[in-house]
Amino acid sequence: MNLLDKSYDVIVVGAGPAGTVAARFAAEQGVDVLVLEKDRDVGYPVRCAEAISKRNVVKFIEPNDKWIAAKINRFEFVAPNGNSVSMDLEDESGYVLERRIFDYELGLLASQAGAKILTRVYVNGLILEGNKVCGVKAEYRGKQYEIKSKVVIAADGVESRVGRWAGIKTHIDFREMESCFQVTAGNLENIDPKTLYFYLGSNYAPNGYFWVFPKGKNIANVGLGVSGDTGKKRSALSFLNDNLQKLYPAASILTQIAGGVPCALTLERISGDGILLAGDAARQVNPLTGGGIGSGMEGGSIAGRIAGEAVRKGDLSLLENYRDEWMKIRGKNHLIFDKLKDGVFNMRDEQFNAICEKMQKIPKNKRTLGKLFMTALAKQPKLLVEVAKVYMV
Amino acid sequence: MNAKEYRMAKTGKLMIEILPDKCDFCGCCVGVCPEDAIELKEAEIFIIDENCTNCSKCIWACPIEVIRFNKEGVLKTR
Ligand SMILES: Cc1cc2nc3c(=O)[nH]c(=O)nc-3n(C[C@H](O)[C@H](O)[C@H](O)COP(=O)(O)OP(=O)(O)OC[C@H]3O[C@@H](n4cnc5c(N)ncnc54)[C@H](O)[C@@H]3O)c2cc1C
Ligand code: SF4
Ligand code: SF4
Repeated sequence: MNLLDKSYDVIVVGAGPAGTVAARFAAEQGVDVLVLEKDRDVGYPVRCAEAISKRNVVKFIEPNDKWIAAKINRFEFVAPNGNSVSMDLEDESGYVLERRIFDYELGLLASQAGAKILTRVYVNGLILEGNKVCGVKAEYRGKQYEIKSKVVIAADGVESRVGRWAGIKTHIDFREMESCFQVTAGNLENIDPKTLYFYLGSNYAPNGYFWVFPKGKNIANVGLGVSGDTGKKRSALSFLNDNLQKLYPAASILTQIAGGVPCALTLERISGDGILLAGDAARQVNPLTGGGIGSGMEGGSIAGRIAGEAVRKGDLSLLENYRDEWMKIRGKNHLIFDKLKDGVFNMRDEQFNAICEKMQKIPKNKRTLGKLFMTALAKQPKLLVEVAKVYMV
Repeated sequence: MNAKEYRMAKTGKLMIEILPDKCDFCGCCVGVCPEDAIELKEAEIFIIDENCTNCSKCIWACPIEVIRFNKEGVLKTR
């Protein structure tokens, strides 16, 4: 394969949102970039509930109806006792994507910026000189290749092995892994196509939440995640089957998928000699919501830009600035979200019920996410200060 | 023995087994494995025997219960 017989300035492993955005930002610096993806297609399979805020989209790609399944203007939280509280948002505050097309378009943008992409390439090792990463080893259609590069960006998602081969401990504590199962279901009744639904409590999803994210009329991504602690006793699949049976017995199932979200803080080390980690691989997921599309693109853009600059200026020591930049732009907020996660996901069912009741008393036009957390954490003043930092309430 | 009972089993000399025909290739197990003992390709998965310590974290992380202890210590891979 021609593409694999050359050497590159930057090799990106993984063509998810983090990888393709990294590739684009690196290529825009005028350096040679190759993206390697093990799956057959960029964008498929989709292991994601596909919700993202508009703010996070427009920073990296212009919104386009061909990959927008739903435009969101409302959140609804359902308490364990079935009571619910909704919160109106600005029109088109967020989207439920068609990631199959969205990820593909991000790949196209990377190509247009000059990056090369090849699917079906399984990266199975690094070329190392001492501790220095000098490229990747990969299998393509039964043949083994060694492809040299000045920088490797590991955007290989939740499974993230590439970093390990460079000596970075990327494996995640099983208690922080949200193991998920999701279906895209049709024939769902009483679903507003502009509302994201979050179900809380031990019946629906202990230490996590059960989501119903619409993708049009009567159709939605329906799924949940459970942490490894819960997983010891019961799997995500078994919870999902129960929830579906209870809420949507008449649903028809159009897709089924398993997946993992590393709901943890960004790794202590996300760079090494000749290597940067981005997206899920660097644990750049929002630890509270599990949202990783926007933050993955953010991490990828920083990694790509820094890698491009480092090559262009011939100074690979610039790679060391990566973590600081990430922390400044987004990582510091994740520290706060991580504390909130501990506060919220350890709540008992009665507490959720009580919070819901209190929120119902606040006039609808005054309900905000900030208020929600204020109510939820009324007895935890330290956390409240943190909430204020994120939501400016 | 069902998957749950397997989970209760003591690690001892038992080996970890993945049922590759039922696996969804989602990567949860790989993400939590402290020993880098799982190889996951596009639609192929197996345990790297020499690395595995039978810690069972992969079992707890699998969303669809397709990893388990294999009594015989024989690994079935595709
Ligand atoms: C069930 C579920 C629901 C979710 N819901 C949401 C949501 O609603 N909103 C949100 O923002 N986030 C959500 N997330 C999280 C989001 O999907 C991820 O954070 C995001 O996809 C991370 O992007 P990434 O580019 O880092 O990794 P990925 O998108 O996982 O891409 C990594 C790529 O690397 C490839 N790869 C891995 N190893 C190799 C190798 N050795 N060689 C070659 N290629 C390799 C993989 O095939 C993959 O394509 C959800 C996740 C799950 C599992
Ligand atoms: S038992 Fe532990 S070491 Fe073995 S594959 Fe599973 S997680 Fe890895
Ligand atoms: S966690 Fe389970 S479904 Fe996912 S890749 Fe591992 S064995 Fe397969």
